[in-house]
Amino acid sequence: MGMEGIGARVERKEDKRFITGKGRYTDDMVVPGMKHAHFVRSPHAHASIRNIDTSTAMKMPGVIGVLAGDELASDGIGSLICGWMIHSKDGSPMNMGDWRPLAQTKVRYVGDAVAVVVADTKAQARDAAEAVIVDYDVLPAVTEAVDALKDGAPLIHDNAPGNLIYDWEIGDSAAVDAAIAGAAHVTRLDLVNNRLVPNAMEPRAALGHYDEGEDHYTCWTTSQNPHVARLVMSAFYNVAPENKLRVIAPDVGGGFGSKIYIYPEEIVCLWASKKTGVPVKWVADRTESFLTDAHGRDHVTTIQMAFDADNKMLAVKADTIANLGAYMSLFSSVVPTFLHAILYSGQYVIPAIHCNMRTVYTNTAPVDAYRGAGRPETTFALERVVETAARELGISPAELRRKNYIREFPYQTPVILCYDSGNYEASLDAAMTAADYNGFPGRKAEAEARGMKRGIGMSSYIEACGIAPSAAVGSLGAGVGLWESAEVRVNAVGTIEVLTGSHSHGQGHETTFAQLVAQRFGVGIDSVSIVHGDTDKVQMGMGTYGSRSGAVGMSAVVKALDKVEAKAKKIAAHLMEADEADIVIEGGQVKVAGTDKALGWHEVSLNAYTAHNLPDGMEPGLKEGAFFDPTNFSFPAGCHICEVEVDPETGKTEIVQFVAADDFGNIINPMVVEGQVHGGVAQGIGQALLEGTHYDPETGQLLTASYMDYTMPRADDLPGYTVSNTVTPATTNPLGIKGCGEAGAIGAPPAVINAITDAIGNNDLAMPATPQRVWAALRSAQ
Amino acid sequence: MTKSHIELTINGKKVEALVEPRTLLIHFLREQQNLTGAHIGCDTGHCGACTVDMDDMSVKSCMTFAVQAHGTEITTIEGVAHADGTLSALQEGFRMMHGLQCGFCTPGMILRAHRLLQENPTPTEDEIRHGISGNLCRCTGYVNIVKSIQYAAAKINGTPFQEAAE
Repeated sequence: MGMEGIGARVERKEDKRFITGKGRYTDDMVVPGMKHAHFVRSPHAHASIRNIDTSTAMKMPGVIGVLAGDELASDGIGSLICGWMIHSKDGSPMNMGDWRPLAQTKVRYVGDAVAVVVADTKAQARDAAEAVIVDYDVLPAVTEAVDALKDGAPLIHDNAPGNLIYDWEIGDSAAVDAAIAGAAHVTRLDLVNNRLVPNAMEPRAALGHYDEGEDHYTCWTTSQNPHVARLVMSAFYNVAPENKLRVIAPDVGGGFGSKIYIYPEEIVCLWASKKTGVPVKWVADRTESFLTDAHGRDHVTTIQMAFDADNKMLAVKADTIANLGAYMSLFSSVVPTFLHAILYSGQYVIPAIHCNMRTVYTNTAPVDAYRGAGRPETTFALERVVETAARELGISPAELRRKNYIREFPYQTPVILCYDSGNYEASLDAAMTAADYNGFPGRKAEAEARGMKRGIGMSSYIEACGIAPSAAVGSLGAGVGLWESAEVRVNAVGTIEVLTGSHSHGQGHETTFAQLVAQRFGVGIDSVSIVHGDTDKVQMGMGTYGSRSGAVGMSAVVKALDKVEAKAKKIAAHLMEADEADIVIEGGQVKVAGTDKALGWHEVSLNAYTAHNLPDGMEPGLKEGAFFDPTNFSFPAGCHICEVEVDPETGKTEIVQFVAADDFGNIINPMVVEGQVHGGVAQGIGQALLEGTHYDPETGQLLTASYMDYTMPRADDLPGYTVSNTVTPATTNPLGIKGCGEAGAIGAPPAVINAITDAIGNNDLAMPATPQRVWAALRSAQ
Repeated sequence: MTKSHIELTINGKKVEALVEPRTLLIHFLREQQNLTGAHIGCDTGHCGACTVDMDDMSVKSCMTFAVQAHGTEITTIEGVAHADGTLSALQEGFRMMHGLQCGFCTPGMILRAHRLLQENPTPTEDEIRHGISGNLCRCTGYVNIVKSIQYAAAKINGTPFQEAAE
């Protein structure tokens, strides 16, 4: 590895602007003549709209326009869609209800947008929005998925009888039932995976600017995937054709999934800019974010795991109901299915697997991918049931896992996925060593003497990242391909621009992507600029989610670098009258191996552009593009161990150590990877101990709609983490990268709950494991 | 709406302005002074992204009216670097220790840490964690923020930097 090449711990280039206050986020953007939008939102969870009276609001100071859904519909703006078709097991397509950007006849959750006010200032827009009079007929609401399936539940979408979106299954039901019937031991758990609000620190925002002279739209938005936003807004929402719509996602303050989707507000700001003739900016306040950002998780699962007399796993059966909220968000359908159910083999050889998945409408915010997206739900169910089984069988949880690990690769699971590489025992051993797992009994006894309950728990997670082979996802219902694109432009002076369809909203691409170039050509990362987040600059891209920037986005860069390198070598060979095969590029020099002949990198690039002396027939320039379409998912995996102390007097849990031993394949920048693990684990601990999303079951009001009510992890809530890596490179991309962005959020929750339930001797403990819940569980166990 | 006249010092510069009485300090800084480093993460005082230093106290500028800043001295992230443009110890610490990812909470976090180190130049890890608990970060899990502040404290104090035990 070079000083700044692959594997180097390089400080981030992008930090300079962030630590000096010079970051440029959507809310920092100012366009001449820009005005401000405020949305009128439903205060009811479920209601028919009888009338919308905007006349008073129109007369308020500073008001430029008050626009509602009928006008939007008559302008031909389309409804929001879910981009992944799932069929129920009876063959019928999923029941996708109509989601208008501004509701016309019915509102279906608190926060559903009804109208928008555009005014000179934010305060004036907000004042006027309060003067829009919407006449509602309030309808009964339902917020829990299980309740929404019951007879007599309020019907949310007419085309979804019983509020069922789909009833889907995967795996061999008969084989699983037979294995369970004949098993020596079956462990069964009923689990809730608590609903979470992603809470990127930057609230969502959009600035729409219609340029009448050019008949052209520009949208600055808080997006993880601006090209997908442009595609969907053009192809489905009829905002503008793609060539007339530029989407820019500038600095984005975190996403965690919630900024993948295209929301009503971007569409409405663009449309409203044309209607009012002014650029229109909207920035969510935090409560709007709580109400309208796509939420995560919210599964209710029954899982059974069957074992033979030798404690070998025979079968897993999972039956889940997933709450998708009031509307189907962009990728909502795939999260419970192809990002969740097909992971039920975990790290284990399990001959028979079956998962049944029912997804359901409720009068709550849409639910879609949140860090981990389906895989945390699978891992929680699997790793809770494995740990529980070990306790029931009276053997060590580590040994039960060890006995059942997959050891030969590639490994074809019974549920679609084929794992290409891994070494699960290595992660387990690394984690157990780091945690001094075998020394736990002594620590427990010491804690007991102090009156504290000490427990230890682990999880061996696997996830599917590097999303994903386009043909495969197409056959499974995806509306898009999941390749990535890149372009490498070598300038005449030798500096380099890399254009990527991946998007950085904290991941550090401006540094790590530049490290690939530094590795290849031996140039400093300061002479490499990473260009992303602008559809006018980067031709196309699928964006960043599912830990795909490394495995897929960087792979596209590698392909483009291969082409640039090949051309540069041809030029250099020609200039130095050498054989192309003898040319090597290193340390910023292009050399003839075994000789003292060399050209500076900048000399080769300059020659490419002066074109005075190029090989016969060669086009001038040094710029190449590439698309990379993965041949498989990548499979990050690892072992997390959590050790806790519970105060029996208060029920308060303290995490005394948290160990993560992860296999992310090859690593580009260990500092950045550690940061991803820290952040993921923090969100996983947040889910396990602190974060819960609560709607009032009668009124459908979101009770946890601010930081007073939703417990975000703070610095004094969290421990330090002991992080390490084992490495088995991915075999399906040129860098051997598996991905690291989601692992922490996937591995941590079951490890934490396994530890607490071990400490208190009661396995019945819901997340978040608040002191009240832990105290009650401890009492009921005594 | 009638406007109020305010005079204050921001990052060492005298500033005069007319503001609506209901204008929040954060809006005044971002929109009237073009100081967009401080961010609005929650508008209820809970996330700390808007933290600035006002008369030697950490202040959440989304919970402060601009008129309350009349006569005060304010430091924002734009005024944290040394006069010659080199990074302050805290800014350097955040970069060296990877104390930021998306960068949105960072200006508030650095301003809070700046005041914390004035209040307590040699904080323990627990004191740092408690001292920044009014500022939310969703990306880092705080480990590297704590290290960044320890790095800065050591640099300011001229003592060797020791990473927090993990």
